[in-house]
Amino acid sequence: MKDKLIYFLELTGFTWFIPLVRLSAGESPKHQMQELGKMVGVPLFAIAVFLFLWHLGAAKVITSLGQVPGPTQVWEQVNVLVDEHQASREREQAFYERQEQRNAARLEKNPDAEVTIRPYTGKETFFDQILTSLFTVFVGFLLATIIAVPIGIVAGLSDTLYSALNPLIQVFKPVSPLAWLPIVTMVVSALYVTDNPMFEKSFITSALTVTLCSLWPTLINTAVGVSSIDKDLINVARVLRLNYFTTVWKVVIPASIPMIFTGLRISLGIGWMVLIAAEMLAQNPGLGKFVWDEFQNGSSSSLSRIMVAVLTIGIIGFILDRITLSFQKFFSYDKNAVIR
Amino acid sequence: MDKYLNIDHVSIDFPTPNGPFRALDNVNLKIEKGEFVSIIGHSGCGKSTVMNIVGGLYKATEGGVVLEGREVDEPGPDRAIVFQNHSLFPWLSCYQNVELAVKSVFGASRSRKQIRDWVEHNLELVHMSHAMHKMPSEISGGMKQRVGIARALSMEPKVLLMDEPFGALDALTRAHLQDSLMDIQADLNNTVIMITHDVDEAVLLSDKIVMMTNGPAATISEVMEVNLPRPRKRLALTDNPDYNHYRSEVIHFLHERHARKVA
Ligand SMILES: Nc1ncnc2c1ncn2[C@@H]1O[C@H](COP(=O)(O)OP(=O)(O)OP(=O)(O)O)[C@@H](O)[C@H]1O
Ligand SMILES: [Mg+2]
Repeated sequence: MKDKLIYFLELTGFTWFIPLVRLSAGESPKHQMQELGKMVGVPLFAIAVFLFLWHLGAAKVITSLGQVPGPTQVWEQVNVLVDEHQASREREQAFYERQEQRNAARLEKNPDAEVTIRPYTGKETFFDQILTSLFTVFVGFLLATIIAVPIGIVAGLSDTLYSALNPLIQVFKPVSPLAWLPIVTMVVSALYVTDNPMFEKSFITSALTVTLCSLWPTLINTAVGVSSIDKDLINVARVLRLNYFTTVWKVVIPASIPMIFTGLRISLGIGWMVLIAAEMLAQNPGLGKFVWDEFQNGSSSSLSRIMVAVLTIGIIGFILDRITLSFQKFFSYDKNAVIR
Repeated sequence: MDKYLNIDHVSIDFPTPNGPFRALDNVNLKIEKGEFVSIIGHSGCGKSTVMNIVGGLYKATEGGVVLEGREVDEPGPDRAIVFQNHSLFPWLSCYQNVELAVKSVFGASRSRKQIRDWVEHNLELVHMSHAMHKMPSEISGGMKQRVGIARALSMEPKVLLMDEPFGALDALTRAHLQDSLMDIQADLNNTVIMITHDVDEAVLLSDKIVMMTNGPAATISEVMEVNLPRPRKRLALTDNPDYNHYRSEVIHFLHERHARKVA
C-alpha cells in the first residue's frame, strides 16, 4: 500500500509528499524530516525571499498607472477577481430563474404558449477566460500532435523523407507566432465561412497558431527518436517479417515513446506561451485577451490584475508540464529513467 | 552434391567514402542438416557479416546463400538470429517477447492455447519458467540471453544463427549456458551457426570449426572437423588428448596462420 502510494506520488510529480507518507508509516523519522526540510523547506524559503525582494523593488518604480504592485496588491486583486466571478455566476443564475418564472407564469395562462430560454450573455470572468485558454491550447496542441507524431514516425523510418522534410522544418521552426497570426487570420476568414459557426473565428485562429508553432518539437523529437532505435530491434522485426504497420505499432512506437513525450512536453510548453500572444491579437476571449483588455483599460488596478494573469499563466504552464511528465512516466517502459 | 545450407562464393562490398570496401571475398561453406558449426576469427574479420548475409539482413555483392534448395534473399524466421546483446524488446516481459515471435510466425496456424503452451515450453527449455513474467530490465544478462535463445528456438528455425551469444557473460554463466545449449541441441538437433571468440566454447560445442582469415577481403582459411563423441562432458574432456589437440590447433591458427594466404 505504502509503496503503491509512493509510486503514484512519484508518477504524478508530488514528490513533496513522499517523506510525509514514509513518516506516517513510521520510517526513520529523523531522516524523513530532513528530506522534508530539503524538499519543502528550501523551496518555501526561496519563495519567501522572492516575495520580499518583489515587495521592496515594486515600491521603487512609479508608472503612469501608479506604483508597480507588490505582492499584497496582487493578492487583493485575486480576491476581487474571485468575487467578480461569484457575482457574475449569481447574476447568471438569477437571470435564468427570472426567465423560468416568467415562462411558468405564461404557461399557466395559456398551456400552448411557446416558451424559450435565452442564453446569458454576461461578460466572461477571469475564470471563464482561463477555461477558454485551456480549451484553445488543448485543441491546438491536439491538432499538432495528430499531425506531428505520424509524420515524425514516417520521416524517422525513411532517410529520404527525412532529408526532404528537414529544410522545411528548420525554416518554419523559428517563425514567431506573431508572424503566423496575420496569415492564419486571413486564411481562416477566407475558408471558414458558415452561417452558423460552431466555433468563433478568433478561437480557430488562436488554436491554429498554437498548432503551427508547437508542431515542430514533437515532429523533430519523434523523427530523431525513431531513427535512433537500436538497429537490432528493427532487425528482430525483420526476421519476424512483421509488416510495416505492425513494426510501427509493436516496435517503433514503444521504442520511441520517451522521445515522443519529450517532444510533446516541449510542444505543450511552447503552445501555452504562444497562445497568450495569439489571444491578445486575435481577441480570443482567454487569458491573452484579459491581459490586453486590462492594458487598454489602464485603471489603477490594471497592473495588479495583469500580474495575477502572469502568475496564473505561469502556474498553469507548470501544471501542464507536470501532467505531460506524468503521462511520459506512465507510458515509458523504462520506469527507472530519470526524467525531469 | 547438394548440402542443406550452401554459402556459395559470397563476397560483399560495403560502400565507404573512399570507394567500396571489400569485407568478405569468396566465402564458401557447406553445412549439413543438424550440424553445429562455429565460426572463429579475429575481431573485425567479417564473422558477423557472414551471419548477416545468411540471415538475409545484408545482401551479398557476389554469390549467394542457398537453404534447402532455395536462395535466401530476405530475413525470415526460418533463420532465427540470437544477437550478441540479446535485443529483447525492453517494454515486453520475457513471456511477451517470446509470444510476439510465436504469434507472428504461427499466429495463423495455431490456437491460442497451442501458442501459450509453445511459448511456455520454449521458456522451459532454457530454464526461464520461474521468471517468465519479469521485464528484461529485471533479470540478469545470462537470463536475457536465455530468453533470446528461447525466442529464436520458438520460431522453429531451419538454421539457428548466434552471434557471440555468450560473449558478454562471465565464465561461469557462460559454462552454464553452453551446457544448456548442448542439452537442447541433443534434443532438437538444430542446424546451428555460432560465432565465437572462445576456443574452448568452439571445440566443446561444434561439429565443425570454421576459421577465418583477417580482413579486409576476409575468407575461410580452414575448416576443422571436431570428432568428439557426444554427449560431451566439460570436465571429462579436459584430460582428453583429442580435445586438447583440437584446442591447440585452433589456438595455433589464431596466433600463427590467420593471415590470408597470398595465392
Ligand atoms: N554496414 C557496414 N558498413 C561498412 N562497413 C562494415 C559494415 N559492417 C561491417 N563492416 C566492416 O566489415 C568488416 C567486418 O565486420 P564484422 O562486423 O563482420 O566483423 P566481426 O568479425 O563480426 O568482428 P567482431 O568479432 O568484432 O564482432 C569490418 O572491417 C567492418 O568495419
Ligand atoms: Mg561481430
